[in-house]
Amino acid sequence: MTTPPKTVLAVASGGGHWEQLMLLRETLEGYRCTFATTDTAVARLHGVDEARGLPDCNKDRPFRSMWCAVAAFWLVLRLRPDVVISTGAAPGLFCILFARIIGAKTLWIDSVANANKLSLSGRMACRIAHECLTQWEHIAADPAPKYRGAVL
Amino acid sequence: MILVTVGMQLGFDRLIEAMDAIAPQLDTPVIAQTGKGTYQPQNMEARVAISPREFEALVAQSRLIVSHAGIGTVLTAARYSKPVVLFPRRAGLGEHRNDHQLATIANLAGRPGILIAENEVDLAPAIKQGLALGDISHRVSEQAASLNRAIALFIDTGKL
Repeated sequence: MTTPPKTVLAVASGGGHWEQLMLLRETLEGYRCTFATTDTAVARLHGVDEARGLPDCNKDRPFRSMWCAVAAFWLVLRLRPDVVISTGAAPGLFCILFARIIGAKTLWIDSVANANKLSLSGRMACRIAHECLTQWEHIAADPAPKYRGAVL
Repeated sequence: MILVTVGMQLGFDRLIEAMDAIAPQLDTPVIAQTGKGTYQPQNMEARVAISPREFEALVAQSRLIVSHAGIGTVLTAARYSKPVVLFPRRAGLGEHRNDHQLATIANLAGRPGILIAENEVDLAPAIKQGLALGDISHRVSEQAASLNRAIALFIDTGKL
């Protein structure tokens, strides 16, 4: 008996976060991967037609953030993925939080743009996700974030 | 075709003027997204803004991208496996709030397909070098290969 391929939810906000997820696309598509983003129009432009939409949010917009959290919760609950991966930002962090509640494995990959220090979302993700990666060797710390390479 | 971009937020006349001076010496046309600058290019097609859809198409058609040192353009260039010449904005010349673009070029120098022009003098040689690279789709950086392996391992085993 062969085990079925792992199901993966890969989440990124629109813009640079999404661009970085797209650079990991080939690896992710080796699994049963569902993409989710705040800008599904751009996802379609990049040929990801069935990307799930999430509302954009950040810490300065508390009500919007609550709506985003609810949407992230529903998405994770419906898909019940084995693994959740995010390249940022806040909507990805919510998905990782709820993924832990349903028992999925979670990985945060901090943006390559954060070459001096981890993002705020990244610092929170290091406490929530099973594993947390920085894309800069000089930021790596023990136990987190770890460094395993970069998209570029 | 060479695609020049300064991003959507700020103009960057120093780069546009330097590219306009180089354009006649090139054997390929130049299309520039100039942002809200004041310099009017004479030797290349110039547009203040380009829609995301058209920008994608232009990147796909281009041989080389010349850009301010914004990480967004670097990522788009990587997605299409296009070489990119980075020309950093300088805070001292009023081109940005701080010198993070100098940090970006220092961090990214030497990665496959990324060329650096620190100033106007370096620009023409960097473009020549970039055009000479040709197809770079097979050149994956060690860092990118390593990150992809780590992600596959994490999905398979839950460990890094």
